[in-house]
Amino acid sequence: MRARPARVLPGFSLSLGVTLLFVSLILLLPMTSLIGQLSSLSWSQYWAAITDPRLIASYRVTIGAALAASLFNALFGLLMAWVLARYTFPGKRILDALMDLPFALPTAVAGITLATLYSRNGAVGSLLEPLGIEVAYTWLGIALAMAFTSVPFVVRTVQPVLEDLPAQADEAALTLGASNIYAFRRVILPHIWPAVVTGTGLSFARSLGEFGAVIFIAGNMPYRTEVVSLMMATRLEEYDYAGAAAIASLVMLVSLLLLLAINLWQGRFYRRLHGGRH
Amino acid sequence: MSITVSDVSRRFGSTTALQPLSLEIKNGEMVGLLGPSGSGKTTLLRIIAGLEMPDSGSIHFGERDVTHVHVRKRRVGFVFQHYALFRHMSVFENVAFGLRARPAGERPSNAEIRDRVQHLLERVRLDTLAKRLPAQLSGGQQQRVALARALAVEPEVLLLDEPFGALDARVRLELRRWLRHLHEEFNFTSVFVTHDQEEALELSDRVVVMSNGKIEQIDTPQSLYRAPANRFVFSFLGETNRFGGEYHNGRLQQGEAWIALETSDSAADEVLLRPHELMLTTAPDARAHLPVTVDAVSPVGSDVRVELTAEWMDTPWLASITHHDFDRLQPQRGSDFYLIPSRYHRFAPDSA
Repeated sequence: MRARPARVLPGFSLSLGVTLLFVSLILLLPMTSLIGQLSSLSWSQYWAAITDPRLIASYRVTIGAALAASLFNALFGLLMAWVLARYTFPGKRILDALMDLPFALPTAVAGITLATLYSRNGAVGSLLEPLGIEVAYTWLGIALAMAFTSVPFVVRTVQPVLEDLPAQADEAALTLGASNIYAFRRVILPHIWPAVVTGTGLSFARSLGEFGAVIFIAGNMPYRTEVVSLMMATRLEEYDYAGAAAIASLVMLVSLLLLLAINLWQGRFYRRLHGGRH
Repeated sequence: MSITVSDVSRRFGSTTALQPLSLEIKNGEMVGLLGPSGSGKTTLLRIIAGLEMPDSGSIHFGERDVTHVHVRKRRVGFVFQHYALFRHMSVFENVAFGLRARPAGERPSNAEIRDRVQHLLERVRLDTLAKRLPAQLSGGQQQRVALARALAVEPEVLLLDEPFGALDARVRLELRRWLRHLHEEFNFTSVFVTHDQEEALELSDRVVVMSNGKIEQIDTPQSLYRAPANRFVFSFLGETNRFGGEYHNGRLQQGEAWIALETSDSAADEVLLRPHELMLTTAPDARAHLPVTVDAVSPVGSDVRVELTAEWMDTPWLASITHHDFDRLQPQRGSDFYLIPSRYHRFAPDSA
């Protein structure tokens, strides 16, 4: 028998084996079948499928709205995380729990609720209408639905990092004469920056694929308020599986690259922060 | 800059962190706040710094009332217990922080900042590590960065919270000496918090002993050690052996053991003794009859520490004897001796 170098931590083969099995079943298998669907297309067909003008309009709508939503979430999520991490007040636990609601709520419920609230005679929409602001069935509504469903990403990535920052770092900056803004910019922000970027990136990636919440409030007008995921659903309804797969492959590629970039960047940042030790 | 603390008190919810207390610190003085955890020493330090607001009373720096002055305007240097360095900034940028944080009108030029930071880093012997990040430094080096950072803004008052608590014994000794030098060179007023009586006694011009949110005694290290104001101060300043018993005819008696007391106070029921005030002998004499059994011997350092037990003790005693006596008597685990106190201490029963 060949001697193997012994591992001190037990269970490596078992845990990695189970993990890889599950990754294969729930991730790789569907992805392979998706690529299998693509094999029925020639390159020119594939190109045509992903550059359909109506589809390109939907790219623009989706990316624009997702950008707006994730930027809004970066600000609002940061504020929310700040409030939850820095202060104690009655009802804090309830607020903390509420932050996860967008994840727990079926997205369709969120979409219908938002559409009802923000439609022209809805509770909020009726207040906005005199101001000339229309939310439901516009680009703004799409961004709103995306922001709602993805805000926990920012809160939940920033909050622990903020709690981890010792209050003494803040106090040190103040004893050295720094203004609140200066202390925030040079001491707190650099510390939480990677978490904010990660959270925002995740929020953006999630928004790109959001379907349930968006379709109810989007109005789904071709060239104006159609999102990419809706285009996929439309293709499927037309039994154009290859076309749907073509769009899906593109969305997947973009999301994958985005997540990879975030991970690499974050790894570099933390290596710097911990002086070579991870 | 002198510091005057007048009738300052502080509560956190239902617990009293500080009872109204006053304290006068002279210009250029180095004062140690000494006490067990929960004695309020850190709260007092943070109130002086402006990181905490007192519920009552006032703080003056010199003639200036700073009670309601924000911490950033007080011009104090504060060194935090765990250094609180800015982890994402190089050593240089950490030290430069206070200079760069100044409003545009008062900010020194970049060249000036570079010179001043460089000079300070040389003073703390870190000039070769200027580009490193805090995580790449040892604990002692981080502590020196924290000090340099606090000194960069040229404070007139330097406040240090348990400055050497997290360091190992040798580094601690070296840094202590070095802080003393800096203090004399820069001539600021320093207040530091510690729970280590040796540190307080070695470093301070005067020591403030605190317990339960009040000041027990303020004195120079010598007089504090020689003449502790009460039982708490005595037992906090060093190892203590307690003899409890009943007073009859000039003797405090406990079972077969007794100590002769020169007192007319018949209410006396305990005396306290320092380890170095005990002599180990083979026979009792007229001063005391204290039979003991050796439990452990540690012949390390300038004295030999001997741990002693006996039936009449509530907790084991500690005696420190000279190496000369150690060689003469050859105490070993299990051998029996008598103790003769060369000195004993008594405190009024009403003092804590």
